[in-house]
Amino acid sequence: MIQFRKACRRYCILLIFCIQVAFSVNAQTEIDGIMMAKNNLCIGPMYGYSSWKNYWEGTLKRENLNLGTVSTQMISVMGNYGITNKLNILFGAPYITTKASAGTLHSQKGIQDGSLWLKWMPVERKLGNGDLSLYGIAGVSAPLSKYVADYLPLSIGLRSKTFSLRAMGDYQLGNFFVTASATYVFRDNIRIDRDAYYTTQMHYTNEVSMPNVFTYNIRAGYRSLNFIAEAFLDNMITQGGFDITRNNMPFPSNTMNAMRLGAWLKYELNKPKGLSFIATGNYVVSGRNVGQATTIGGGIFQIIDFNKKKPASSSLKK
Amino acid sequence: MKKLLYIIIPAFVIAAGAIPFACSKKTGGRTDDLPALQPGKTDIDAGSWKPILLTSANEFAVSAPVATNTPEYIAQMNEIKSWQASLTEDEKNMVKYWSAGAILRWNEILRELVAKYNLAPYQNDDGTYPGPNANNPLAYPQFPFANPPYAARAYAYVSAAQYDALVAAHYYKKLYNRPAPYKVNATIKTLIPQSDLPSYPSEDAAVIGAAVEMMKLLFPGDQDFIQQKAEEHKRARIIAGANVRSDLEAGEALGKAVAQKFVTRARGDRAGSAAGTQADWTKLENDCIARGEIPWSSLEIPKRPPMLSAFGKVKTFLFDSLTAVSLRPGPPPLTASAKMKDETEEVYKIIQDDSRDHYRIVHFWADGIGTSTPPGHWDAIAAEDFIKKNYSEVRWARNMALLNMALMDAAIVCWDAKMFYFNPRPSQLNPKIKTLTGVPNFPSYISGHATFSSSAAAILSHIVPERAIAYNEMAREAALSRLYAGIHFRADCEVGLETGKKVGNYAIQRAQNDGAGN
Repeated sequence: MIQFRKACRRYCILLIFCIQVAFSVNAQTEIDGIMMAKNNLCIGPMYGYSSWKNYWEGTLKRENLNLGTVSTQMISVMGNYGITNKLNILFGAPYITTKASAGTLHSQKGIQDGSLWLKWMPVERKLGNGDLSLYGIAGVSAPLSKYVADYLPLSIGLRSKTFSLRAMGDYQLGNFFVTASATYVFRDNIRIDRDAYYTTQMHYTNEVSMPNVFTYNIRAGYRSLNFIAEAFLDNMITQGGFDITRNNMPFPSNTMNAMRLGAWLKYELNKPKGLSFIATGNYVVSGRNVGQATTIGGGIFQIIDFNKKKPASSSLKK
Repeated sequence: MKKLLYIIIPAFVIAAGAIPFACSKKTGGRTDDLPALQPGKTDIDAGSWKPILLTSANEFAVSAPVATNTPEYIAQMNEIKSWQASLTEDEKNMVKYWSAGAILRWNEILRELVAKYNLAPYQNDDGTYPGPNANNPLAYPQFPFANPPYAARAYAYVSAAQYDALVAAHYYKKLYNRPAPYKVNATIKTLIPQSDLPSYPSEDAAVIGAAVEMMKLLFPGDQDFIQQKAEEHKRARIIAGANVRSDLEAGEALGKAVAQKFVTRARGDRAGSAAGTQADWTKLENDCIARGEIPWSSLEIPKRPPMLSAFGKVKTFLFDSLTAVSLRPGPPPLTASAKMKDETEEVYKIIQDDSRDHYRIVHFWADGIGTSTPPGHWDAIAAEDFIKKNYSEVRWARNMALLNMALMDAAIVCWDAKMFYFNPRPSQLNPKIKTLTGVPNFPSYISGHATFSSSAAAILSHIVPERAIAYNEMAREAALSRLYAGIHFRADCEVGLETGKKVGNYAIQRAQNDGAGN
């Protein structure tokens, strides 16, 4: 079984994906229990489309006839490189466009936040009939362009520099697995173009304190050499912030919470070697100060082996 | 690649330790840590300055204070001492906060309330819109909807009432000449700078009395909040050793009495009926059609009636109603004209350039829902300059009153033009025009931002002449921000700037003749 897991290492799963929760919370996450093998780079483009008509104004679910349906498109380049078999580095940089189907508000577009993750697998051992692996993951993100944050719900992002810490465990029994992770995201203050703003009180400054975010994610499904299918539940809970007041506009430091259900599929071809396709979708089942978004996405990834001399499959023979 | 690892891993370790602490959650306001106000001059003779509504500075009587050698006064001195004997951090912070200036702090509180209440009501199920009710302020939609005209009027009334209250207070200060407690007894500690200004009746309390009374009328749903601020402010004065209780009581009573004149005026200034009725809105539309023009139509879904359609009829402060009508600008380009077609095309071209710099300008000046509105923004601009001038409270009040009366009258003249011409917004004439901020729900001509801003720039340039160029540049940028946003035609902005300046000139005339000098 460990052999199987090692085999998995060269496969490109790359669950780094911009999840358009709503109001431009593009949480880039890296939450799968699979590592790239040493000196292998998995890289490729991803496309995502997300839209919502209803949103939660605080806890009140409503529509907004002056926005209609708010949609977001994302094109991203993402990569995962195996520094060692137990240490991977991942990166992503999305280009995002947003628009509202009704009303007069101008659409937005631009390169959003770049993110960089370091994924470490300190523990990998048999447990019962299956295999347990544990991971520690750290990531940073920062805006790559001067996009506008204070133009929600059409802003392409929130501009906050973030630092994330994630603990994750993966257990695989035969072809079935379960992965659970918890993430804490520290978010830095942002600056907006106004010189004062009201939250639950007046702030005579252009600096906005951003609440941190806690997220947990549980995923389970089927995993083989060529095919992965999984379902997931993801819950984002903002640690603080405030609710949108009645008929007000959203604000970057709102309490944005979202519980999502989704699925993820990946198929890897035998020929050409190292080429894989992924498809994913998710839906916000409950939330607070976020849109009830439906998101779909897909990507094509290629593994490039930088190992000299030895063939790409060498890691399999160990 | 190994080399990369040597860099990346330590970088992450450092980041893991440092970033959670570096991620600052503190956001201090620009006026949080101001030093205590230390006026350059006391303006002891301000009792002779020309009041706004008072017939004379002594229209309301203030009884003579008790002598400083009486047991009653000594008991009041002891109240200061007992507070000062054990001061908590909160109390020290309270003193620090209020010592920056009474007019400044109450203006900030007013801006906060405007921002809190500046929210358009959500529609009813049948597509109509509910209106706020002053007699039931806490029911949805809360009273008031503190939109720009409402806010302009609120700032003007509060500022003007505070100014008259301080003129009256100064009259009695000079008349009775009772010194501050620290001048009577040197053992009284002072937590703020000392002043030669007689302390009875208290200027801070006169400001409080006027503010509380006016704000009860203007923001009836937040009386607890207002009252709590008033109590804190009074306590801060006692703790600071700046006033004895009788200074405060006399000042507050005077401030309230003066404010009553303003409350009476406000109840009769026609703002109560400014929302208009369906019949009014239909008439505005039909009159426009009768002139052969395309009338303004709400771009909101469902269509919302124009904001405060009768605000142009509200009673002005700086000139009479005939003058107000005479300030109405000439008509905008005809909606069918080549000129209007060109201007619409210009707006369409401009919104293609949604550069970062345009967003910065548009959003800095947008002052839309949930903000203190353009008049509040100009109050903030003025306040930050006034802070540097070390004005006495009465001069602060006078300058704020001049500014805010100009802004209110600018709102009236602007709204008169908007409703009279009932001119469409660019996005109505060309739906392809997408805007960089929300489209305000009232006719286009003339721009409120332009009118507000140039009236403010005019009076502020008189008050702080060395900043005249900056004020005029700001006014111009504020006006153009509406063109960049795609919500105004160029003519709206240019004629708005001209009209606002004319309104501002009336404030300058008043300033030149109110006896305050500069």
